[in-house]
Amino acid sequence: METKLEHRCECGEETEEEKLARIAQIAEDFKGQEGSLIQVLHLAQAIYGYLPLHVQQLIAERLEIPLSEVYGVTTFYSFFSTKPRGEYTIRVCLGTACYVRGGAEIVKKLSQQLGIEVGGTTPDRKFSLEVMRCIGACGLAPAVMVNDTVMRQVNPDKLNRIMEMCS
Amino acid sequence: MVTLTINGKQVQAEPGMTVLEAAKANNIMIPHFCYLEDVHQVGACRICVVEIEGARTLQASCMVPVREGMVVRTNTARVKRARKVLYELMLSDHPRNCLSCLRNQNCEFQKLGELIQISEFRFEGERSKTFIDFSSPSILRDSSKCILCRRCVTVCNEIQGVGVLNVQKRGFHSVIGPADELPLNSVNCTNCGQCVMVCPVGALLAKDSTQIVWDAIFDPKKRVIVQTAPAVRVALGEEFGYPPGTIVTGKMATALREIGFDDVFDTNFAADLTIIEEGHEFLKRVTAALTGSGATLPMITSCSPGWIKYIEHEFPNELDHLSTCKSPHMMLGALAKTYYANKIGVDPADIFVVSVMPCTAKKFEITRPEMFINGLPTVDAVLTTRELARMIRDAGIEFSELPDGKFDDPLGFSTGAADIFGTTGGVMEAALRTVYEVVTGREIPFERLEVTPVRGLSQVKEATIKIEGTKPEFKFLEGVEVRVAVTSGLSGAKRLMRDVANGTSPYHFIEVMGCPGGCIAGGGQPKPTTKAVREARMRAIYAEDAGKPKRKSHENPFVQKLYEEFLGEPLGHRSHELLHTHYVPRGRYNQFLGEKIPVQVAK
Repeated sequence: METKLEHRCECGEETEEEKLARIAQIAEDFKGQEGSLIQVLHLAQAIYGYLPLHVQQLIAERLEIPLSEVYGVTTFYSFFSTKPRGEYTIRVCLGTACYVRGGAEIVKKLSQQLGIEVGGTTPDRKFSLEVMRCIGACGLAPAVMVNDTVMRQVNPDKLNRIMEMCS
Repeated sequence: MVTLTINGKQVQAEPGMTVLEAAKANNIMIPHFCYLEDVHQVGACRICVVEIEGARTLQASCMVPVREGMVVRTNTARVKRARKVLYELMLSDHPRNCLSCLRNQNCEFQKLGELIQISEFRFEGERSKTFIDFSSPSILRDSSKCILCRRCVTVCNEIQGVGVLNVQKRGFHSVIGPADELPLNSVNCTNCGQCVMVCPVGALLAKDSTQIVWDAIFDPKKRVIVQTAPAVRVALGEEFGYPPGTIVTGKMATALREIGFDDVFDTNFAADLTIIEEGHEFLKRVTAALTGSGATLPMITSCSPGWIKYIEHEFPNELDHLSTCKSPHMMLGALAKTYYANKIGVDPADIFVVSVMPCTAKKFEITRPEMFINGLPTVDAVLTTRELARMIRDAGIEFSELPDGKFDDPLGFSTGAADIFGTTGGVMEAALRTVYEVVTGREIPFERLEVTPVRGLSQVKEATIKIEGTKPEFKFLEGVEVRVAVTSGLSGAKRLMRDVANGTSPYHFIEVMGCPGGCIAGGGQPKPTTKAVREARMRAIYAEDAGKPKRKSHENPFVQKLYEEFLGEPLGHRSHELLHTHYVPRGRYNQFLGEKIPVQVAK
């Protein structure tokens, strides 16, 4: 395991206007291409960190599709978030293998330790807690992802180490 | 033709038909639920599953196309078991308060239950969150009753092109509605009610106004005036078992009187009046355009409040194209509380005007602040055709036994031109009959005055009328070819409006009705409104027109008298005050109203 986790947050490096302009441009580039909404949302979330309603509205406008459709897709995929997320998003796998090997216990422990519910973010915007349904790493069960890094065979004791790596 | 076997019987079907359609064409009814002919076919509910030889799993018959030699079984133990479980699962997340539901006895889910017959509720569990949206004056949305068939999504997005409703969230949390659970009155909903027309249950309903109307009727101080739109009389009969297209004008007038309305007026009277005002407005614009002072063309009709709200949201910069005429029932309301109030010596504050409309958007229209006159609403309540039927039944009136009655004067007489207002193309045809005659002194050169190019159910219809032999005062119109277009349904409106917004529209005059087929298929009409039903109601409307002794609005003697006694002249001062209105630029997100969609701000 690496000792320090990389984080890719770019929130501080661009102004609000610059971010929105980039998102608008991306949507503009994809306009008229069928099935491009998910990709645009993906890129927009990478730029903005999350997808609040006004960002979705901007995307809807530029792609010339209804806001209700954009919102429908955003709320369908658990990858997209309409609320701001922490610097580190901890995703606990609750697929069958991870679940039977204690995934639920890890969620409970993390929730207690961070003081947030699943889907929530700590007030200092350091951590967000989410669950996933199978990330295809059943051999590593129970698996936890911190941003883009997969942690194998996690047990409650290992959680402290993971937290430390994020500091 | 394709030959296949259904339930051991060899049947023929057109290539491209689905198994469900092929079965139906051969008198085999496969129970189905979300499927809606000509509208919605997505296989969401799976109730229509059948066994197909060679297929491992049951197949949704509304989705599978017929194949040569296919062997289908629709009525096996396996199919019946699956259908029943599917129904039970849907029912497990549906409230069972049918007796207090507006759709009681008129619910497709109830009907399906009657067919499937369950004896117990086997699946009791968590229920979806209830979200009731009362915000719209027209439409009530109750998510607890929604069974996620998605018919409304198809209609709102694909047929109307508005896109207010979509599936939000996922799995058990799925809900149909606007983005972010925004209330309907805060988004670009046009109140057209086409979603209400296709909802199989009570999840989308027209807001009920029957109680406030009863309250007014039972209030001895109130003079309660009712008026009925042209499309109501050709559809109301369906609520009482008559075949679609039966004209029940006379029985309707009698029923209204028996319910207890003091005056039974006809919106058609105001439709004739609209033609006079709108016809002159059109002539004024054309005159200005041709004599150099300039005018906004094409002029677009303004009778349909769903269409009005649509253009305010989607094309807020093009509102000058709209005729300033109020819709006919608003004109009649305005006259009832001024001209008529004065005639009978009643304080307008004691007059309660009820409009019976085929429309849900009219319920919103009467709440528009610019429609109030001296602080009073012009029309106090709007009832849909369905609500009127409920009131008639509630009053214990045996509709089929009623003698024919007549509308009251002076606001009850109308010409055939007013009758056709109820169908797509009708306003245009009525306007052309009058405008042509005003300009030339002769009747419009169509056999029996039937302007056939603008009739029918096509999405966009067009016609060119060459003006010849003008009166001296309209010399500048000699030889001019007037180009008109007619559309119904908001997708059609979008098609025409793109050109208008780009400045490339070739037309002088456009008629838009918000619902596909026009008011005959409005959101307040009896259900179901299928293509065949639309056609039948349309035929009835034209038959009503053909049977009238007077068929041109300017020949309505009571309209003529109204101008002599009260209004003065078309587009005059009084008309301007009472019969004309203005529009509100809204923008798709209501951004021009200053009511921004609430934005979630990062803490």
